[in-house]
Amino acid sequence: MAILTARDEAAVRGELAKLAGPVKLVVFSARLGSETCAETEQLVREVAECSDQVSVELLNLHIDRDRALGYGVERVPAIVVEGARDYGIRFFGMPAGYEFTNLIDAMIVASAGVPQLGAATLERLTTLTTPLHIQVFATPT
Amino acid sequence: MRLAHHLAVASDLIRGDCVEANEFPDLAQRYSVMAVPKTVVNDRIAFEGALPEAQFVDQVLRAADGNGGPA
Repeated sequence: MAILTARDEAAVRGELAKLAGPVKLVVFSARLGSETCAETEQLVREVAECSDQVSVELLNLHIDRDRALGYGVERVPAIVVEGARDYGIRFFGMPAGYEFTNLIDAMIVASAGVPQLGAATLERLTTLTTPLHIQVFATPT
Repeated sequence: MRLAHHLAVASDLIRGDCVEANEFPDLAQRYSVMAVPKTVVNDRIAFEGALPEAQFVDQVLRAADGNGGPA
């Protein structure tokens, strides 16, 4: 049974028409220890079917250890959203509810590689010299 | 959430994670997540609520300034 309804799918197709280039969704899962891995894989597959620009790579946290290490992924399910390169966009846990909207938005920004931020923000970032790891905790709503 | 990802695209030094708190109770407990959204930067800076861009950036950059206490 599909996760996305026909109405959802139509909306996703409409949003993904905004993709400026190819996007790859790298999904890490593990069959044991996570109830939502299979659901996350299915959701990502269904999203990918909504646009020719979207590809999916399914990896296993325990088997593909080097890739997980390279992406900084230590828990599952995890989704890495890549555009022309890995910009550092990660989702941990199934992006349901409002987070699904954020997944689509992340795909669009990664496809272009151009953030939608104010000029003042971009100026402030030019002085940054320290790596920053931002974790935003959310719950499905 | 959206801002964290856009900042990640804007800077090679920034990584933005969206974490579903219910699925990772160990992380939620470690960072004392009582309300969402809660943002944690470099395990040092933490703040709750969805902030406008300028304030969000203010908070995030505190982690780079070394002015914040433990998250």
